[in-house]
Amino acid sequence: MEEIYAKFVSQKISKTRWRPVPAGSLQTAETFATGSWDNEENRVSLWSIGDFGNLDSDGGFEGDHQLLCDIKHHGDVMDLQFFDQERIVAASSTGSVTLFLHHPNNQTLSVGQQWTAAHYHTSPGSPSCRSAPCTGVVCSNPEIVTVGEDGRINLFRADHKEAVRTIDNADSSTLHAVTFLRTPEILTVNSIGQLKIWDFRQQGNEPSQILSLTGDRVPLHCVDRHPNQQHVVATGGQDGMLSIWDVRQGTMPVSLLKAHEAEMWEVHFHPSNPDHLFTCSEDGSLWHWDASTDAPEKSSLFHEGGRSSIFLFHSISNQANVHQSVISSWLSTDPAKGRIEITSLLPNRTLSVNSLDVLGPCLVCGTDAEAIYVTRQLFS
Amino acid sequence: MNMLSAVQLIPGVNSSKKQMCFDWGPGEMLVCETSFNKKEKSETVPGCPFIYIIRKDVDVYSQILRKLFNESHGIFVGLQRIEEELTGKSRKAQLVRVSKNYRSVIRACMEEMHQVAIAAKDPACSCQFSSQVSILSAMELIWNLCEILFIEVAPAGPLLLHLLDWVRLHVCEVDNLLADVLGSENPRKHESFWKLVTILVLQGRLDEARQMLSKEADSSPTSAGMCRILGDLMRTMPVLSPGTTQTLTELELKWQHWHEECERHLQDGTFASSPHLESLCKIMLGDEAALLEQKELLNNWYHFLVTRLLYSHPTVKPIDLHFYAQSSLDLFLGGESSPEPLDNILMAAFEFDIHQVIKECSIALSNWWFVAHLTDLLDHCKLLQSHNLYFGSNMREFLLLEYASGLFAHHSLWQLGVDYFDYCPELGRVSLELHIERIPLSTEQKALKVLRICEQRQMTEQVRSICKILAMKAVRNNRLGSALSWSIRAKDAAFATLVSDRFLRDYCERGCFSDLDLIDNLGPAMMLSDRLTFLGKYREFHRLYGEKRFVDAASLLLSLMTSQIAPRSFWMTLLTDALPLLEQKQVIFSAEQTYELMRCLEDLTSGRPVHGEPDAQRLQDDDIETTKVEMLRLALARNLARAIIKEGSLEGS
Repeated sequence: MEEIYAKFVSQKISKTRWRPVPAGSLQTAETFATGSWDNEENRVSLWSIGDFGNLDSDGGFEGDHQLLCDIKHHGDVMDLQFFDQERIVAASSTGSVTLFLHHPNNQTLSVGQQWTAAHYHTSPGSPSCRSAPCTGVVCSNPEIVTVGEDGRINLFRADHKEAVRTIDNADSSTLHAVTFLRTPEILTVNSIGQLKIWDFRQQGNEPSQILSLTGDRVPLHCVDRHPNQQHVVATGGQDGMLSIWDVRQGTMPVSLLKAHEAEMWEVHFHPSNPDHLFTCSEDGSLWHWDASTDAPEKSSLFHEGGRSSIFLFHSISNQANVHQSVISSWLSTDPAKGRIEITSLLPNRTLSVNSLDVLGPCLVCGTDAEAIYVTRQLFS
Repeated sequence: MNMLSAVQLIPGVNSSKKQMCFDWGPGEMLVCETSFNKKEKSETVPGCPFIYIIRKDVDVYSQILRKLFNESHGIFVGLQRIEEELTGKSRKAQLVRVSKNYRSVIRACMEEMHQVAIAAKDPACSCQFSSQVSILSAMELIWNLCEILFIEVAPAGPLLLHLLDWVRLHVCEVDNLLADVLGSENPRKHESFWKLVTILVLQGRLDEARQMLSKEADSSPTSAGMCRILGDLMRTMPVLSPGTTQTLTELELKWQHWHEECERHLQDGTFASSPHLESLCKIMLGDEAALLEQKELLNNWYHFLVTRLLYSHPTVKPIDLHFYAQSSLDLFLGGESSPEPLDNILMAAFEFDIHQVIKECSIALSNWWFVAHLTDLLDHCKLLQSHNLYFGSNMREFLLLEYASGLFAHHSLWQLGVDYFDYCPELGRVSLELHIERIPLSTEQKALKVLRICEQRQMTEQVRSICKILAMKAVRNNRLGSALSWSIRAKDAAFATLVSDRFLRDYCERGCFSDLDLIDNLGPAMMLSDRLTFLGKYREFHRLYGEKRFVDAASLLLSLMTSQIAPRSFWMTLLTDALPLLEQKQVIFSAEQTYELMRCLEDLTSGRPVHGEPDAQRLQDDDIETTKVEMLRLALARNLARAIIKEGSLEGS
């Protein structure tokens, strides 16, 4: 993690996402998309970290990412996902959901499909509706699921003009994030500390399962599912806690890990190396959690220059009933072994790190200090 | 430098025909035409229908300068965290490093602005960028000089080396020229050959000048001898090399010898046959007339000053600087033109008058960034301790507050302003409180960020107000669950009561609860207000009933009334809820509980004066209500009978 490149981009970055590499190809990540927020005019931009025909093989500008193209986006970009290689879905604070098309030939972006007023409030007494911010989006070709401050869940298909399915009043509070558990099941997290599982095969507007943090109802801001073990889910909360859940059993998290000092905005399992987890927070930090057990001489020491932080690790449910099969390293909660090593990836604290994404050895994150950080040597 | 902007006209507004009115904002001013007419004329002139927003801090809106603000913010915060314990050398080294970081950010910004200026197609646009480049360049020039004089505090000897670097950095056209000449087929024949050599000598880059001379010597045998002699003089000029133990006196002695040798060559007419070489030799003697002949190559008076010092007073003391500076300025301008703001600023720096530097910069520059950061850095060097303003706090704080207020006026940069306010011990907090309340809360995510800022600083009043705003918004959008969450977070009992009432009203209308996921999970938050407690408990009653735990449900229902948690207006509903329990096959309410229920019913129907007439009136008026009461009385009586029998027989057995 020696080389981390920063670039100031004159807009606060709300989301960063790698473009997926074609399945089975040996390519590494080289293009990513960003969305901005809180600007008079917000944008969705595409950046390249490519070598531009190996011109810079001497290392001169190798790490610097260059703007490929960008397009105006109405409202804050609340969430951003690649639909496929050429298409990006953006969620807007104006309640609309937009599918952008990237044309690699002439490096431009255009609007492919737009669902305006996908999220809205209905005011009592008046038939007019006010738009509500769309807070999260997740794609699994051809489906797009969006959630919003209006507590609504929408299911879109890229080729349909109307929503395929809408669950009104799915949540009494704000839905903050959504992810696929396994099609057609989705997971949502809300602002009263609940994790809900929805099954699109079921009619009605009731979730098939509710899991929740006990007590303080701390809002959950992000959710990610283990790429291989689909029952393992990680969430991040307003108090900066990382919670690991086993959705097969119990209604409470398997473990709660004290992490950041403020809102955890995003959590991501490494897609191909899921013993590694990445989190970023409002407190301006970006952490790499390493739970791989094969690493020699792992200590539970907190590796961050000079900062003393208490690292609490308490298990809630005991694992007496574990099967002999593969146990996820995230579910084994033996504090004595202290198997998680944490590294802070950003050199010095800045303003909030709003978003991060990992793909292969590459990581990208964006901050409120209007900087995008990229590294291409995560595991070196 | 584009300084002291003149009167700015607002397009479309004619102040000679119409009266104007205005209002000050934190970083902006509102201007509009009034409907009053001057000179009592009838309204013939069509008025301007717009309200103008005049921004005083235009630079905040520049895309490129945003990078400067963001990057320097990080440096600023780092500087505030520099340990106070660090003293002496390590502290000074730290401060110099910080200063260099600031300058490199200015430079990066300048370079980007320069690229944009070149690439701009619109000439007006390009011109605007170019003027920005020159402002940035001037800022860096001033900062660099301040760094040398106030932060580095270079003593005699090293001082001149620093000043030379300073001039070399800012008069950098020579590098392009050098590449140009060396790149040509025959450098010696290049038209700017002698110009280049002269500039190199003027900048004290004698090694490079010597190499150029050797090229001349190689190709022209007639002047080879002269070139060699001058080259030798260049080589032997004594310079202070950092890291050696050489004392200043030694250097001065050696330098005196060298100077005399140059003098001797000039008087002997060694270079008489080559005017170029002779003029170079004169320059190296610090001859003022010869230097002034090169006015065009020198560009400006401070270059003249440094060259003059290099070749006549290489061990100049900081204290004597202002004397040479003033005379250099006078000589260079020669009464032809008056000094510009930049000249005054540099002169004030040479006079070690920090306050004058800051004052002049504040007047001349179009933004607060420069003075705020420079003053803060100088304050960390403990150079401004004694100075207090007659208004507000000290100068550092005053400037930081101005800068941060400018950031807060910006729709996006406000987040940076927070940290600046944090480091203003006296007025920072109140300023932050006033500004943070004015941030528009467009999404919950943004609101959360603002909330976090307030919570970290224990600004309870602002936290309350933000939560209340969000709760109100949620109510207006019919999002009762959200509204309740926000009022719980704000610990706003009154609002929680209001929202709970809405929930209960909805229940009465629809017969079912909405937002169960929230109400079922209230936990300790339920204690916030009585009404909220009632809402939670009443819902619990429904759950117990649904789970067929009738005994628990019954005692809970009763306790809601006897403990006075339930609002009296809701009692009838509660009693009606008791009906099915009374009609169950097994006895659920004990005799004692039944008495309690009866008392509640009687309390309600007797229309006690405390409760006022309307309720009793309504009860009597409504036929259905009367029937309900009758049914209740019947059910209660029957239950009482069954309970007495059951209790009696239990005791008997």
